[in-house]
Amino acid sequence: MKAKIYISYKEGILDPQGKTVSHALNAIGIKKINSVRMGKYIEMEFNGISKDKASEITDESCRKLLANPNTETYSFEIVEE
Amino acid sequence: MHIAVIVFPGSNCDHDAYHVFRHILDVPVDFVWHRETDLKKYDAIIIPGGFSYGDYLRTGAIARFSPVMESIIKEAHTGKPVFGICNGFQILIESGLLPGALIINQDVRFLSQDVTLEVESTDSIYTRSLQKGRKLTMPIAHKQGNFIANDDTLKMLEVEDRIAFRYSKGKNGNPNGSINRIAGILNKKRNVLGMMPHPERAVETLLGSDDGIDIFKSMIGVA
Repeated sequence: MKAKIYISYKEGILDPQGKTVSHALNAIGIKKINSVRMGKYIEMEFNGISKDKASEITDESCRKLLANPNTETYSFEIVEE
Repeated sequence: MHIAVIVFPGSNCDHDAYHVFRHILDVPVDFVWHRETDLKKYDAIIIPGGFSYGDYLRTGAIARFSPVMESIIKEAHTGKPVFGICNGFQILIESGLLPGALIINQDVRFLSQDVTLEVESTDSIYTRSLQKGRKLTMPIAHKQGNFIANDDTLKMLEVEDRIAFRYSKGKNGNPNGSINRIAGILNKKRNVLGMMPHPERAVETLLGSDDGIDIFKSMIGVA
Protein backbone atom coordinates (compact mmCIF):
# COMPACT_ATOMS: atom_id res chain seq x y z
CA MET A 1 0.00 0.00 0.00
CA LYS A 2 1.20 3.44 -0.84
CA ALA A 3 0.41 7.03 0.11
CA LYS A 4 0.68 9.59 -2.64
CA ILE A 5 1.12 12.99 -1.03
CA TYR A 6 0.79 16.33 -2.76
CA ILE A 7 2.09 19.47 -1.09
CA SER A 8 1.48 22.87 -2.57
CA TYR A 9 1.78 26.49 -1.54
CA LYS A 10 -1.32 28.04 -0.08
CA GLU A 11 -3.14 30.50 -2.24
CA GLY A 12 -1.71 33.95 -1.72
CA ILE A 13 1.79 32.64 -1.05
CA LEU A 14 4.08 33.88 -3.78
CA ASP A 15 5.66 31.08 -5.75
CA PRO A 16 8.58 32.65 -7.63
CA GLN A 17 9.66 29.25 -8.94
CA GLY A 18 6.27 28.62 -10.50
CA LYS A 19 6.24 32.12 -11.93
CA THR A 20 9.66 31.61 -13.53
CA VAL A 21 8.57 28.30 -15.04
CA SER A 22 5.42 29.97 -16.33
CA HIS A 23 7.55 32.64 -18.06
CA ALA A 24 9.80 29.95 -19.53
CA LEU A 25 6.83 28.01 -20.93
CA ASN A 26 5.54 31.17 -22.49
CA ALA A 27 8.98 31.90 -23.93
CA ILE A 28 9.14 28.53 -25.72
CA GLY A 29 5.78 29.18 -27.31
CA ILE A 30 3.44 27.20 -25.06
CA LYS A 31 0.55 29.58 -24.56
CA LYS A 32 -2.78 29.71 -22.75
CA ILE A 33 -1.32 28.84 -19.36
CA ASN A 34 -2.80 31.08 -16.69
CA SER A 35 -0.34 30.28 -13.96
CA VAL A 36 2.05 27.61 -12.76
CA ARG A 37 2.32 26.58 -9.11
CA MET A 38 5.15 24.32 -8.00
CA GLY A 39 4.82 21.85 -5.16
CA LYS A 40 6.15 18.58 -3.86
CA TYR A 41 5.12 15.01 -4.49
CA ILE A 42 6.01 12.40 -1.86
CA GLU A 43 5.35 8.65 -1.79
CA MET A 44 5.30 6.56 1.38
CA GLU A 45 4.99 2.78 1.43
CA PHE A 46 3.26 0.68 4.06
CA ASN A 47 3.21 -3.00 4.87
CA GLY A 48 0.57 -4.98 6.71
CA ILE A 49 -1.66 -2.18 7.98
CA SER A 50 -5.20 -1.18 7.16
CA LYS A 51 -6.03 1.58 4.75
CA ASP A 52 -7.48 3.63 7.61
CA LYS A 53 -4.29 3.26 9.62
CA ALA A 54 -2.19 4.24 6.60
CA SER A 55 -4.36 7.29 6.14
CA GLU A 56 -3.96 8.23 9.79
CA ILE A 57 -0.16 7.88 9.66
CA THR A 58 0.04 9.88 6.45
CA ASP A 59 -2.05 12.69 7.86
CA GLU A 60 0.08 12.85 11.01
CA SER A 61 3.27 12.88 8.90
CA CYS A 62 1.96 15.76 6.83
CA ARG A 63 0.85 17.76 9.84
CA LYS A 64 4.01 17.27 11.86
CA LEU A 65 6.75 17.37 9.25
CA LEU A 66 6.03 17.12 5.55
CA ALA A 67 4.02 20.32 5.12
CA ASN A 68 4.55 23.70 6.73
CA PRO A 69 1.10 24.82 7.92
CA ASN A 70 2.11 28.48 7.55
CA THR A 71 2.72 28.30 3.84
CA GLU A 72 1.58 24.95 2.50
CA THR A 73 -1.45 22.76 2.16
CA TYR A 74 -1.43 19.02 1.55
CA SER A 75 -3.63 16.33 0.19
CA PHE A 76 -3.04 12.62 -0.26
CA GLU A 77 -4.51 9.40 -1.53
CA ILE A 78 -3.89 5.87 -0.30
CA VAL A 79 -3.58 3.40 -3.16
CA GLU A 80 -3.26 -0.39 -3.19
CA GLU A 81 -0.32 -1.58 -5.24
CA MET B 1 28.69 34.22 30.36
CA HIS B 2 28.94 30.86 28.63
CA ILE B 3 27.78 30.51 25.03
CA ALA B 4 26.55 27.39 23.20
CA VAL B 5 26.96 27.21 19.43
CA ILE B 6 24.69 24.41 18.22
CA VAL B 7 26.10 22.15 15.53
CA PHE B 8 23.79 20.24 13.20
CA PRO B 9 24.93 17.94 10.41
CA GLY B 10 25.39 20.53 7.67
CA SER B 11 25.97 23.62 9.83
CA ASN B 12 28.75 25.66 8.26
CA CYS B 13 28.81 28.98 10.09
CA ASP B 14 29.36 27.33 13.46
CA HIS B 15 33.08 28.10 13.39
CA ASP B 16 32.43 31.72 12.45
CA ALA B 17 30.13 32.07 15.44
CA TYR B 18 32.61 30.29 17.70
CA HIS B 19 35.37 32.61 16.47
CA VAL B 20 33.36 35.68 17.44
CA PHE B 21 33.06 34.65 21.08
CA ARG B 22 36.29 32.76 21.61
CA HIS B 23 38.77 34.93 19.73
CA ILE B 24 37.23 38.35 19.39
CA LEU B 25 35.15 38.81 22.51
CA ASP B 26 37.08 36.37 24.72
CA VAL B 27 33.94 34.77 26.10
CA PRO B 28 33.68 31.05 26.98
CA VAL B 29 31.95 29.19 24.14
CA ASP B 30 31.36 25.52 23.31
CA PHE B 31 30.30 23.71 20.19
CA VAL B 32 27.22 21.70 21.17
CA TRP B 33 26.31 18.72 19.00
CA HIS B 34 22.64 18.50 18.07
CA ARG B 35 22.18 15.31 20.13
CA GLU B 36 22.75 17.18 23.40
CA THR B 37 19.61 17.45 25.50
CA ASP B 38 20.69 19.65 28.39
CA LEU B 39 21.63 23.30 27.82
CA LYS B 40 21.11 24.51 31.39
CA LYS B 41 24.75 25.48 31.92
CA TYR B 42 24.75 27.93 29.02
CA ASP B 43 23.69 31.54 29.26
CA ALA B 44 22.97 32.04 25.58
CA ILE B 45 22.43 29.81 22.56
CA ILE B 46 23.49 30.46 18.97
CA ILE B 47 21.90 28.50 16.13
CA PRO B 48 24.35 29.10 13.30
CA GLY B 49 23.91 29.21 9.56
CA GLY B 50 24.49 26.43 7.12
CA PHE B 51 22.50 23.74 5.42
CA SER B 52 21.31 21.52 8.25
CA TYR B 53 20.27 18.12 6.91
CA GLY B 54 21.04 19.34 3.41
CA ASP B 55 17.99 21.63 3.46
CA TYR B 56 15.99 18.49 2.63
CA LEU B 57 12.20 18.86 2.61
CA ARG B 58 12.29 22.52 3.69
CA THR B 59 15.07 24.59 5.18
CA GLY B 60 15.20 23.92 8.91
CA ALA B 61 12.34 21.43 8.83
CA ILE B 62 14.36 18.40 9.89
CA ALA B 63 16.76 20.15 12.27
CA ARG B 64 13.69 21.31 14.12
CA PHE B 65 13.20 17.71 15.31
CA SER B 66 16.79 17.23 16.47
CA PRO B 67 17.13 16.18 20.13
CA VAL B 68 18.68 19.54 21.06
CA MET B 69 15.68 21.53 19.86
CA GLU B 70 13.48 20.50 22.76
CA SER B 71 15.95 21.97 25.24
CA ILE B 72 16.43 25.08 23.08
CA ILE B 73 12.68 25.63 23.14
CA LYS B 74 12.65 25.06 26.90
CA GLU B 75 15.50 27.51 27.52
CA ALA B 76 13.90 30.05 25.20
CA HIS B 77 10.72 29.93 27.26
CA THR B 78 12.74 30.67 30.42
CA GLY B 79 13.94 33.88 28.76
CA LYS B 80 17.45 32.76 27.81
CA PRO B 81 18.86 34.45 24.70
CA VAL B 82 18.49 32.27 21.60
CA PHE B 83 19.96 33.77 18.44
CA GLY B 84 19.38 32.09 15.08
CA ILE B 85 21.32 33.29 12.07
CA CYS B 86 20.37 32.38 8.50
CA ASN B 87 19.65 28.64 8.66
CA GLY B 88 19.30 29.21 12.41
CA PHE B 89 16.49 31.69 11.68
CA GLN B 90 14.86 29.14 9.39
CA ILE B 91 15.07 26.53 12.17
CA LEU B 92 13.58 28.94 14.74
CA ILE B 93 10.64 29.55 12.43
CA GLU B 94 10.11 25.84 11.78
CA SER B 95 10.21 25.22 15.53
CA GLY B 96 7.53 27.81 16.17
CA LEU B 97 9.74 30.05 18.33
CA LEU B 98 9.38 32.78 15.72
CA PRO B 99 6.37 33.45 13.47
CA GLY B 100 6.05 33.73 9.70
CA ALA B 101 7.90 31.78 7.04
CA LEU B 102 10.99 32.08 4.89
CA ILE B 103 10.37 31.16 1.28
CA ILE B 104 12.52 31.12 -1.81
CA ASN B 105 14.06 34.47 -2.81
CA GLN B 106 11.99 36.52 -5.23
CA ASP B 107 14.56 36.02 -8.00
CA VAL B 108 14.74 32.25 -7.30
CA ARG B 109 18.50 32.52 -6.90
CA PHE B 110 21.00 31.88 -4.16
CA LEU B 111 22.22 35.31 -3.08
CA SER B 112 25.70 35.82 -1.71
CA GLN B 113 26.38 39.52 -1.32
CA ASP B 114 26.62 42.38 1.13
CA VAL B 115 23.43 44.04 2.28
CA THR B 116 22.75 47.16 4.27
CA LEU B 117 20.47 46.81 7.25
CA GLU B 118 18.81 49.36 9.44
CA VAL B 119 18.37 48.84 13.14
CA GLU B 120 14.64 49.02 13.73
CA SER B 121 13.96 47.97 17.30
CA THR B 122 16.49 48.67 20.02
CA ASP B 123 14.30 46.95 22.59
CA SER B 124 16.23 43.68 22.88
CA ILE B 125 19.53 42.58 24.37
CA TYR B 126 20.90 42.20 20.84
CA THR B 127 20.15 45.75 19.80
CA ARG B 128 20.02 47.67 23.09
CA SER B 129 23.39 49.32 22.49
CA LEU B 130 22.73 50.12 18.84
CA GLN B 131 21.13 53.29 17.63
CA LYS B 132 17.74 53.07 15.95
CA GLY B 133 18.16 53.66 12.23
CA ARG B 134 21.87 52.88 12.29
CA LYS B 135 23.02 51.26 9.07
CA LEU B 136 24.93 48.00 9.26
CA THR B 137 26.69 46.27 6.39
CA MET B 138 27.05 42.51 6.42
CA PRO B 139 26.70 39.59 4.02
CA ILE B 140 23.74 37.41 3.20
CA ALA B 141 24.13 33.92 1.75
CA HIS B 142 20.84 32.13 1.23
CA LYS B 143 18.21 30.98 -1.22
CA GLN B 144 15.26 30.83 1.17
CA GLY B 145 15.32 34.17 2.96
CA ASN B 146 12.23 35.83 1.63
CA PHE B 147 10.28 36.53 4.80
CA ILE B 148 6.51 36.35 4.59
CA ALA B 149 3.74 36.42 7.15
CA ASN B 150 0.00 36.77 7.06
CA ASP B 151 -1.54 40.19 7.68
CA ASP B 152 -2.30 39.55 11.36
CA THR B 153 1.22 38.33 12.11
CA LEU B 154 2.74 41.21 10.22
CA LYS B 155 0.63 43.72 12.08
CA MET B 156 1.55 42.10 15.39
CA LEU B 157 5.28 42.27 14.57
CA GLU B 158 5.01 45.92 13.61
CA VAL B 159 2.78 47.00 16.50
CA GLU B 160 4.81 45.12 19.11
CA ASP B 161 8.07 46.59 17.79
CA ARG B 162 9.43 43.10 17.10
CA ILE B 163 11.25 43.87 13.86
CA ALA B 164 14.87 44.08 14.93
CA PHE B 165 16.35 44.79 11.50
CA ARG B 166 15.08 45.84 8.10
CA TYR B 167 16.90 45.79 4.80
CA SER B 168 17.57 49.37 3.78
CA LYS B 169 15.86 50.94 0.81
CA GLY B 170 17.69 51.39 -2.47
CA LYS B 171 20.99 49.83 -3.49
CA ASN B 172 21.85 46.64 -1.61
CA GLY B 173 18.37 46.76 -0.11
CA ASN B 174 16.00 43.84 0.31
CA PRO B 175 17.43 41.58 -2.41
CA ASN B 176 15.34 38.56 -1.39
CA GLY B 177 11.97 40.33 -1.51
CA SER B 178 11.04 40.08 2.17
CA ILE B 179 7.74 41.66 3.10
CA ASN B 180 8.13 45.08 4.77
CA ARG B 181 11.91 44.66 4.15
CA ILE B 182 12.10 42.45 7.25
CA ALA B 183 15.58 41.04 7.90
CA GLY B 184 15.29 39.98 11.54
CA ILE B 185 12.53 39.51 14.10
CA LEU B 186 12.11 38.97 17.83
CA ASN B 187 9.75 36.74 19.75
CA LYS B 188 7.18 38.16 22.14
CA LYS B 189 9.52 37.94 25.13
CA ARG B 190 12.24 39.59 23.01
CA ASN B 191 14.89 37.03 23.99
CA VAL B 192 14.77 35.08 20.71
CA LEU B 193 16.19 36.78 17.61
CA GLY B 194 16.28 35.36 14.10
CA MET B 195 17.91 37.11 11.17
CA MET B 196 18.95 36.14 7.65
CA PRO B 197 22.08 38.34 7.31
CA HIS B 198 25.32 37.13 8.88
CA PRO B 199 26.68 39.45 11.61
CA GLU B 200 29.23 36.75 12.56
CA ARG B 201 30.81 37.16 9.14
CA ALA B 202 31.22 40.89 9.65
CA VAL B 203 33.24 41.14 12.85
CA GLU B 204 36.64 42.33 11.62
CA THR B 205 37.51 45.02 9.10
CA LEU B 206 39.66 42.39 7.42
CA LEU B 207 36.39 40.69 6.46
CA GLY B 208 35.07 43.86 4.83
CA SER B 209 32.96 45.05 7.71
CA ASP B 210 32.96 44.85 11.48
CA ASP B 211 29.42 46.15 11.89
CA GLY B 212 28.22 42.77 13.09
CA ILE B 213 30.34 42.69 16.22
CA ASP B 214 28.20 45.33 17.91
CA ILE B 215 25.23 42.95 17.90
CA PHE B 216 27.25 40.32 19.76
CA LYS B 217 28.76 42.90 22.12
CA SER B 218 25.29 44.15 22.90
CA MET B 219 24.11 40.58 23.45
CA ILE B 220 26.82 39.81 26.03
CA GLY B 221 26.53 43.26 27.57
CA VAL B 222 29.96 44.71 26.92
CA ALA B 223 29.07 47.45 24.46
